[in-house]
Amino acid sequence: MNILPFMKWRSIAALFSGLAMVVALASLFVQQLNWGLDFTGGTLVEVEYGDTADLNAIRSTLDSQGYAGAVVVSFGTDRDVLVRLPQGFSDEDGVTMVDVLRDASPTEIELRRIEFVGPQVGDELREQGGLAMLLALGLVMLYVGFRFQFKFAVGAVVALAHDVLFVLGFFSLAGIEFDLTVLAALLAVIGYSLNDTIVVADRIRENFRKLRRIAPIEVINVSLTETLGRTLVTSLTTLLVLLALALFGGEMIHGFALALLVGVAVGTYSSIYVSATTLLAMGVSKEDVAIPIKEGVESDELQP
Amino acid sequence: MLNRYPIWKNLFIVAVVAFGFYYAAPNLYTPDPALQIGGASGSQAITQASLERAGQALKSEGIDFFGEELQEGGKTALLRLRDREQQLRAQAIVARELGDDFIVALNLAPTTPDWLADGGAQPMKLGLDLSGGVHFKLEVDVDAATQRRIEMYEAGIKRGLREERIRGMVALDGTQVVLRFRDEASREAARRVVYDLYPELLLDRVDEESSWLLFAQLTEQTIAEVIDYAVSQNLTTIRNRVNELGVSEPLVQRQGSNRIVVELPGIQDTAEAKRILGKVANLEFRLVAQTNAPVTDKQKFEYRDESRAGMTEWLERDVIISGERVSGANASFDQNGQPAVLINLDSEGGMLMSRATRNNIKRRMGVLFIERKYRTRYQRDEQGVEAAIRVPYDEKKLLTAPVIQSALGAQFQITGLDSPAEASELALMLRAGALAAPINFVEERTVGPSLGAENIALGVKSVQIGLGLVVLFMVLYYRVFGVAAVVALSVNLVLLVALMSLLGATLTLPGIAGIVLTVGMAVDANVLIFARIREELANRISPQMAIHAGFERAVATILDANITTLIVAIILYAVGTGPIKGFAVTLSLGILTSMFTAILGTRALINFIYGGRRVDSLSIGRLPKPVDGLIVDRQAVEGESA
Repeated sequence: MNILPFMKWRSIAALFSGLAMVVALASLFVQQLNWGLDFTGGTLVEVEYGDTADLNAIRSTLDSQGYAGAVVVSFGTDRDVLVRLPQGFSDEDGVTMVDVLRDASPTEIELRRIEFVGPQVGDELREQGGLAMLLALGLVMLYVGFRFQFKFAVGAVVALAHDVLFVLGFFSLAGIEFDLTVLAALLAVIGYSLNDTIVVADRIRENFRKLRRIAPIEVINVSLTETLGRTLVTSLTTLLVLLALALFGGEMIHGFALALLVGVAVGTYSSIYVSATTLLAMGVSKEDVAIPIKEGVESDELQP
Repeated sequence: MLNRYPIWKNLFIVAVVAFGFYYAAPNLYTPDPALQIGGASGSQAITQASLERAGQALKSEGIDFFGEELQEGGKTALLRLRDREQQLRAQAIVARELGDDFIVALNLAPTTPDWLADGGAQPMKLGLDLSGGVHFKLEVDVDAATQRRIEMYEAGIKRGLREERIRGMVALDGTQVVLRFRDEASREAARRVVYDLYPELLLDRVDEESSWLLFAQLTEQTIAEVIDYAVSQNLTTIRNRVNELGVSEPLVQRQGSNRIVVELPGIQDTAEAKRILGKVANLEFRLVAQTNAPVTDKQKFEYRDESRAGMTEWLERDVIISGERVSGANASFDQNGQPAVLINLDSEGGMLMSRATRNNIKRRMGVLFIERKYRTRYQRDEQGVEAAIRVPYDEKKLLTAPVIQSALGAQFQITGLDSPAEASELALMLRAGALAAPINFVEERTVGPSLGAENIALGVKSVQIGLGLVVLFMVLYYRVFGVAAVVALSVNLVLLVALMSLLGATLTLPGIAGIVLTVGMAVDANVLIFARIREELANRISPQMAIHAGFERAVATILDANITTLIVAIILYAVGTGPIKGFAVTLSLGILTSMFTAILGTRALINFIYGGRRVDSLSIGRLPKPVDGLIVDRQAVEGESA
């Protein structure tokens, strides 16, 4: 088998990643995230009508009954209706609103769910979420630094940050709601991407120790070539189940599945290009991964 | 011999798998919709007769039921129904038949057969997003609680200075008490008084022009205590009230420093639930009536305590003070070391109490506990449809009636209690009845039963489809090795379900997503191993050696990759709440079980298929060509595998 010259295209990949990061950051800055109810606070009501729901009629009913700012959309099917009230309505309003809808509707209405989140909870959650992300990155860096070497830890963390930012940017650009399950998915992406990065790093370390008379860039190319099969198979199986989840898991889990789909795809890419490129840029060499020589008996044998 | 597991290792794996199947099995039995009947008060037992009455009522309405039984020695009873659709109607019928002495709750009764239940095997609990129900998050108003405490200090300090005849001004300023004196001597005297009264306060002296100031502040520790006190008080009250709601498995849990989470599976009527949770209990202090008092001036009350059930006491109609005057009640010990309850009143309460008790020493004073309860009446409207109407009433019962030993003030003790346990129970009830720190609903989620059922169906479907796709791919790509991996993957799912059932973990929708994700990621370990074996084979190493080396070399990589993922899952668990915690639990357990099945399980299978005999080729799919033109350091390779 020929060595695939992965690193030949690393400047193109770096350009792509850089561009993606700039776009993601810009979008997060300008458009921000479409925070879900968990983070913004407010009230959300999902009801199922007996027949196709007339959204316009529902909107005018709610307007006339004093639910200003209510957002009415259909959810999944045309019989399912989602109403979102902004912050400022009390915890009682969701329940009374269902009664209002019930009185105004010609058909039966079934309550599917009501969610009310107070403003203080949302703020806290955002803070905790960010903290969790940083904590995860920090601990991972520590572990990889301890098990491998500092340069590998930097490579892993850069790749992880890249993936997280990419998914965040995707959600921001597409304007998809970012709720608690998406946050969980994002942390799972960290876990998954890390998995990939470590498998590659493991092989790079092994090859640095094993191969003779070869430039670092070639060692990385060999390692990536050797692990490519495994990388693709694992990503494929994971993407398969995620696809099943996204298509058949229902609306409530859709954002979660989507975040993971994007995350796993970009995580696969980043384990090849981002972490390996970072390693090269930091000048990784054989010495970085040498098995530490024990003092005493063995060092004698090394005398020329 | 190469690729043979010692017999104990095979037995160990078989044992673990058997264990997994045993503890996962209860999840196969769908639970019956059921009604759980309990007494409205602890002393109210359920007899076979009342259970039969309930059954008769159901029969006459044409609702099928079976398996009715008394549980916990008659404390509760269970009635299983055939049809889930009829559950709500059945509840109404039985509630009506048995009246307000009993609480009828919706329940899902497990149908775990005895041979499983005897070993402690139980089905997984379902989260609210799967079972339907209400989730509340309540926040205790900590500021209000702190404010009330500082007001109590202010009153106490004023009284102390008055008693010691120290002249000065006492005022409240935010969360501190400011004392202002004309001379330094008064301030010093006052400082000693305050310190003697409340050693927990932080005292700070400040000199201003012609006035000497003393600031009394709450320490961090005291504030933490106040919050803790307010939250645990609310926790107790809410626990008591949730039982009235007729929920079979409610959850009332403290979260963080000042939040309380309440989960009520099966409840749909949030308004009713909130009314009951948010209602305030109260206290009344009244003198015990003298025997010759006319009947118009006195009332008879029962004791609340079960051990004194049936005993009554006549109290005067006049109320000395009620609960809002009580600022605290704590279990403590009197000067003889006997258990006692220390009660603090606010200044107004102290005045009223002292006025009432001064001339009534050696008489007894009763403490009433007042709870809002509901009676159900049934009425027909114009259309002749019968509707249940809940009529509120106050239930007043006697907590205790001790003898007044001396004139009482803002702080007094109830002594003569039998045990420290009785003292803390009494203090708890007094606190529950005293005006509790206000609570706010900061989060509320209601999931309808149809959505819950749909979530389960969708979740199961995605697990099936996801698993199906992975199975197909693995078998096509890795042939015999793929089959081994698929078997291991299935056992992995069984073990995961078994562990979750055994640990009493709650299955939520994100939890199901975690299972799906585990399916996708669990094969990774096998993929790593198989890729290694293929590489070894490509390097013209004998099949047996290749299997051996493939497993050995991949293990370190698998460990590193999984431990880091585990770190992330643990962070997720620590930070997340509710459903997210569920996801973190499934993810972490999935990582652990998948390492076991992928490394040990697959190895055992492969050993069974290929081990200990001459093998010419392995059915593991297409081999990669070795990478050309590399010079390999043999020493380094051997050094590593050693």
